[in-house]
Amino acid sequence: MSSIPSDLRYTREHEWAKQEGSRVRVGITAYAQEQLGDVVFVELPKVGTKLTAHKTFGVVESVKAVSDLFAPISGEIVEINADLPNTPQLVNQDPYGRGWMLVVAPSSAGDWDQLLTAEQYEQFLSESGH
Amino acid sequence: MERQGTRAYDKLIFEISSPGRIAYSLPDSDVPERPLGELLPREQLRAKPAELPEVSEFDIVRHYSRLSQMNYGVDTHFYPLGSCTMKYNPKINEDMARLAGFGRLHPMTPAASAQGALQLMYDLGLALAEISGMDAVSLQPAAGAQGELSGVLMIRAYHRSRGEKRTKVLIPDSAHGTNPASTALAGYEVIEVKSDAEGAVDLGDLERHLGPDVAAFMITVPNTLGNFEPRVVEIAELCHAKGAQVYMDGANLNAILGITRPGDLGFDVCHFNLHKTFTTPHGGGGPGSGPVGIKAHLEPFLPTPVIVKQDDTYGFDWKRPKSIGKLQAFWGNFGMLVRAYTYIRTMGADGLRRVSENAVLNANYIMKRLEAHYDVAAPGPCMHECVLSARRQKKLGVTAMDVAKRLLDLGFYAPSTYFPMIVEEALMIEPTETESKETLDAFCDAMIQIARETETDPRVIHAAPLTTPVRRLDQTRAAREPALRWSRPAGP
Amino acid sequence: MRYLPTTPREQKDMLATIGVSSIEDLLVRVPAKARLSRPLALPPALAEMDLVRHLRAMAAKNADADSTVCFLGAGSYDHDTPSPINHLVLRGEFFTAYTPYQPEASQGTLRTIYEYQTMIAELYGMDVANASMYDGASSLAEAALMAHAVTGRTDFVLARGVNPLYRRVVATYVDGPGLKLREAAAPDGIADPDAVRKLVGGKTAAVIVQSPNFYGCLENVRALAEIAHAAGALLIVAADPINLGVLEAPGNLGADIVVGEGQGLGVPMSFGGPNLGVFAARKELVRRIPGRLVGATVDLEGARGFVLTLQTREQHIRRAKATSNICTNVALCALMATIYLSTVGKQGLVRVGALSTAKAHYAAERLTKIPGVSLRFPAPFFKEFLLKLPKSPERVVAKLAKQGILAGVPLRDHDRTLRDCLLVAVTEKRTREEIDRFVLALEQAVA
Repeated sequence: MSSIPSDLRYTREHEWAKQEGSRVRVGITAYAQEQLGDVVFVELPKVGTKLTAHKTFGVVESVKAVSDLFAPISGEIVEINADLPNTPQLVNQDPYGRGWMLVVAPSSAGDWDQLLTAEQYEQFLSESGH
Repeated sequence: MERQGTRAYDKLIFEISSPGRIAYSLPDSDVPERPLGELLPREQLRAKPAELPEVSEFDIVRHYSRLSQMNYGVDTHFYPLGSCTMKYNPKINEDMARLAGFGRLHPMTPAASAQGALQLMYDLGLALAEISGMDAVSLQPAAGAQGELSGVLMIRAYHRSRGEKRTKVLIPDSAHGTNPASTALAGYEVIEVKSDAEGAVDLGDLERHLGPDVAAFMITVPNTLGNFEPRVVEIAELCHAKGAQVYMDGANLNAILGITRPGDLGFDVCHFNLHKTFTTPHGGGGPGSGPVGIKAHLEPFLPTPVIVKQDDTYGFDWKRPKSIGKLQAFWGNFGMLVRAYTYIRTMGADGLRRVSENAVLNANYIMKRLEAHYDVAAPGPCMHECVLSARRQKKLGVTAMDVAKRLLDLGFYAPSTYFPMIVEEALMIEPTETESKETLDAFCDAMIQIARETETDPRVIHAAPLTTPVRRLDQTRAAREPALRWSRPAGP
Repeated sequence: MRYLPTTPREQKDMLATIGVSSIEDLLVRVPAKARLSRPLALPPALAEMDLVRHLRAMAAKNADADSTVCFLGAGSYDHDTPSPINHLVLRGEFFTAYTPYQPEASQGTLRTIYEYQTMIAELYGMDVANASMYDGASSLAEAALMAHAVTGRTDFVLARGVNPLYRRVVATYVDGPGLKLREAAAPDGIADPDAVRKLVGGKTAAVIVQSPNFYGCLENVRALAEIAHAAGALLIVAADPINLGVLEAPGNLGADIVVGEGQGLGVPMSFGGPNLGVFAARKELVRRIPGRLVGATVDLEGARGFVLTLQTREQHIRRAKATSNICTNVALCALMATIYLSTVGKQGLVRVGALSTAKAHYAAERLTKIPGVSLRFPAPFFKEFLLKLPKSPERVVAKLAKQGILAGVPLRDHDRTLRDCLLVAVTEKRTREEIDRFVLALEQAVA
């Protein structure tokens, strides 16, 4: 079973979200990167882009697969991981750390509570046969 | 384990270039030549000459001969690439395509001076219409995917002409990727229809999606699991009852020549892949040719120009106001049409039927010989290809890709792998009718050997291929750091 | 049946192995009501020697460029084809292989495509060329769709000088997604920059131009690039690569995407197909490029090797969201072009362009001395030019065809405003004697 840090929240599309003061940091889970295999490209929107919860905001690609990225919460992007264009492998090597993707200023506090807890995400993975 | 054999040739043409060497002679100008700067605006003249190779003619012949030897082709190897119909490409086709009257004919030659070419196209259209049970055929699409695009655009134009607004096209989850891509390009939303455990269309799911907003259902027959869709006639009737058109992807036409016809099954549109069923060469990845056949109600929408015959004269009909337009600049991949015509005239009706019978026989023979050693994706009898699964082998650490690589070492090209996507560890094997029993047996023996090695000595499989010019290649690096053109290494 | 090796006896053995008694038993899933109950109604099979006779007779009805003198262009040209091309492309290892899905057994094809991509990128002054498309027209259409994807904009300014057949293809392709084409007139044979500026706006995805254009005239590419870029649009240029030994690379004139028809590079005219769609772009746009791309990498022993790469753009992975529906390229035609460009080489391509220009200008000078015959447009031209004739071009063409001269392309079917015009192309292959004969024949025909 892939690691699922208990201090993060999750989506059913395998993104994680981390509360950092008033901001939320976003990435994909260890499980997601394992399924994809070697990540070769991450396409992210520009800083300032407005995200809507559950809508796609970018894509992550391996050699033979493409996966849409879904926003865990609504808000505005205040920072993107500038290392990913040149070193997409960070997503594989350190999905919860240096492989982060965005920092978002949330626009709706309610979104956070809709996300899965670590326990719920773990249960979701096992129930859906993952 | 290390790569076996002699050291592979590793040059690119640029790396054998030597300044001043030439491979080409042109006559001196026999007209007065003024400096180009007097004829053309100077700022439009090339400032720095293009860095093309400087090599001798013999350099070229040896270089490309050696590169060719790094390929497996149908002429040299059994090539069971499923869904691609890698059959023998008759040599006479090449001779005919190279007759000056065909190969050296300019597309803008006045119709009166191109009657033979137009006649060939007209007659080929008739033959394809008869083979498919369709009412008319456009030869213009350059490949299967373009045939799909034209077919879907005709369907769209048809619905529009009836004032109907339909926005969705249904496609099974087992379909070729071009189906959803072409359909999306034509402006439709693509809805995926589920397949059942045997790869057939899940009729319940189809009916659920089949609303008044559905323009068409697009399906491959035989399906991508190599099976004839058992309820295809009912499916076509069901779609028609809801006002939807039915499109047949003809990629697998090699299975049904003279046995059944898309038109008789109820299809409104089908495309042909002349490079599959009708022996035009695959050429390392094209050029193909993808004519599209249609029923009479779609005729007004055919791509322009349409080739017509009046009395005994052939010509182009451009005046077709409802046409979807043009797909490529000229009239179709004519060189491929000459080859396909040559083939059809070589085989005749009886010959074409025997093509399909033998293709079906060969695929079933392979399936039977391998069914004890690999899982079969769907129970037989299959049509012209069979899909196996290496899921049993995967439990022992050998994937479909590993099997494919090991086959290369045993002297065979690989089956299609990981397609259709609904089959885990898929190995899609299409032997075609032009392979002999000895070849099929040798291939089956190799597959059985690999199944055995999986249990006894998987190292040799994981190390494979060892006999090819290069070993397994780093795809991740190629995608992370794209190097898409050669550049001269920085010199001293 | 010479392509079917299985003998009746072998067939029987195979059926026994399968455990059925006849091939019919294998066809049980084909519904009986849809079975064809008669033989296909096709002409009878022919033995090879009869077939050859039949096809030779058909071929003989065509006025090909070996038996006539060809001044036809409009997107397909009678350039010279060096002998090694045909010999090398007919090698079965190239000819009968398919898309290099197994790269280890396809290094020959992959290497030739890599060489091709390099040569095209160099000629076009672009960073990246793809492995090729169907033809010049569909390449142009795909370039338009790509510009739409890159910019998110929905309109195009399409210069009138773009080959009308190409314009039809672009119109077909952009109809699906519902994009709009606005035409920029070419009153003097080329697009007027001021007119283009008025058409360009915030919705413009790209300005599309061909140079030399359909009339043979050189467009002011640099000025059009500035106009497009100032509006945040891309500039797409269609350019015949064989001209670029002499003419400046469109990339150096500001183009963002360059496409073209590569038929002149050793591909037979073959009544218009198969052709060679050439496609190249700046590297920032690489992930939106349609079609196949070959990239360099290493194998697990560190040896250089080549693979299809960035495949997530393509239909077999991205399906409905792919950058294009294209599945194949035209690998064999790309190989012809690669061998052609290697053969003519750095010096030869310059000479091919210079000779074509010299001969075209010689022909134009001589032809316009015929009373009533003039150049339709004043703009500088390259190897092709538009003549205004005092008599019906169709009739002139028919008359000259009887004398073994394919005089040019009448434009009535393609542009009614030019129905009194004849489009004439002159390649390096035409001799002074042939041109002089053409001049004499035309003089008589219009007299």
